[in-house]
Amino acid sequence: MKVWQCVVCGFIYDETKGMPEEGIKAGTKWADIPENWACPDCGVAKADFEMIEV
Amino acid sequence: MKPIVVLGSGLAGYSVIRELRKRDRDIPVALVTRDSGDYYSKPMLSNALAQGKDAAGLVLTRAAEMAKQLGIKLLVETEVHAIDRASKSLDTTSGAIAYDRLVIALGADPIRIPVQGDAADTVLSVNDIADYARFRDLLGSKASIAIMGGGLIGCEFANDLAAAGHAVSVIDPGPWPIASLMPEQAGRQLLAPLAALGVDWRFGTSVSRVDRAASGYQLTLADGAQLQAGLVLSAVGLRPRITLAQQAGLAVNRGIVVDAHLRSSDAAIFALGDCAEIDGKVQPFVLPIMHAARALAKTLAGEETPVVFPAMPVVVKTPAHPVAVLSVARDAVGSWQLRANSDGVKMEFLDAEQRISGFVLTGPYAAERNEMSKQVGQRALPV
Repeated sequence: MKVWQCVVCGFIYDETKGMPEEGIKAGTKWADIPENWACPDCGVAKADFEMIEV
Repeated sequence: MKPIVVLGSGLAGYSVIRELRKRDRDIPVALVTRDSGDYYSKPMLSNALAQGKDAAGLVLTRAAEMAKQLGIKLLVETEVHAIDRASKSLDTTSGAIAYDRLVIALGADPIRIPVQGDAADTVLSVNDIADYARFRDLLGSKASIAIMGGGLIGCEFANDLAAAGHAVSVIDPGPWPIASLMPEQAGRQLLAPLAALGVDWRFGTSVSRVDRAASGYQLTLADGAQLQAGLVLSAVGLRPRITLAQQAGLAVNRGIVVDAHLRSSDAAIFALGDCAEIDGKVQPFVLPIMHAARALAKTLAGEETPVVFPAMPVVVKTPAHPVAVLSVARDAVGSWQLRANSDGVKMEFLDAEQRISGFVLTGPYAAERNEMSKQVGQRALPV
């Protein structure tokens, strides 16, 4: 399980926690998040920015 | 082969290179910055306290690693004195640098409001990571902070500082929080949640004097009120950095004037980000930069591409009462309509044809941002 950070706004996505409030279950890998998902903090689309491993 | 030279290592400069490298690994690129070249997220500067981050903790990628990842020549701590358009070269503190095409991504300077008093020069602005480091050093355990400006950045800092236990005063000549983006009913939603954290709001007045006092500073407001603060922060807005472009004879207005292809009045020079005025509009915030960077990268790679901006709501990072707003021009024809209000508001701006052209979502409604963005341009549903 990895932790990713939005390079645009710093939003953290933790695979172990997922984002239940956005319908993404705990344990969901970054690769399995739908391509039309957008960063909940800055709205940049998944395909449009890079997440870096932290 | 002369490189594409990018001026500025903020989100705009690095994003355009990152996007270009997705298309072309070989084209030579140089980046010139007066900063360290470390990559960080500027929006985090105004909510890093709550995340327990100091300046070093905000660096996402060190400069040397960025240069390696992107395959670029990186010139840090380098000031550019002038652009010589005839010879296509830059006069810099690191010598002359020739360019094939030039991308100006220099950002904006904080606007400073003239203030009287013997401590007027101690007022801080936080516009980059070096400013943030200074701010954190000075902040220490100071109990009270005064913020000049109750706009987006002022409110974010107020929330961040108050949540960390500082007593915060916000002084703004306007009528309510974030008045440049939000109608009154929405702006006022921020008042109580932030007051509950300890924020002391002072609207309709401004700071006239900052003087040294026994402990910290004494502020005198235009309405005669006085208050004490250990630190004074100014967050009253940004002014595009246009001097270099102007001195080179490029067309400038509020920002560096560029067309939909991000091209300036010189066909070999482009601009994006906070320094640019694209099709007549300065578009700050991160989403316009990302869209502009993608379009410009294609153009630089040889595929002429105009930037097309979708609905780009701005998220205000005030966890005490989150806000997402798609603002409308000051002279937009239409009216704000309240659609829901329970612990926050949901408002739509309807144009003359009853189409949604803007919205404000506060509190629990902020989560509906993506849904609302899809409705922009469509006719509003009857209430």
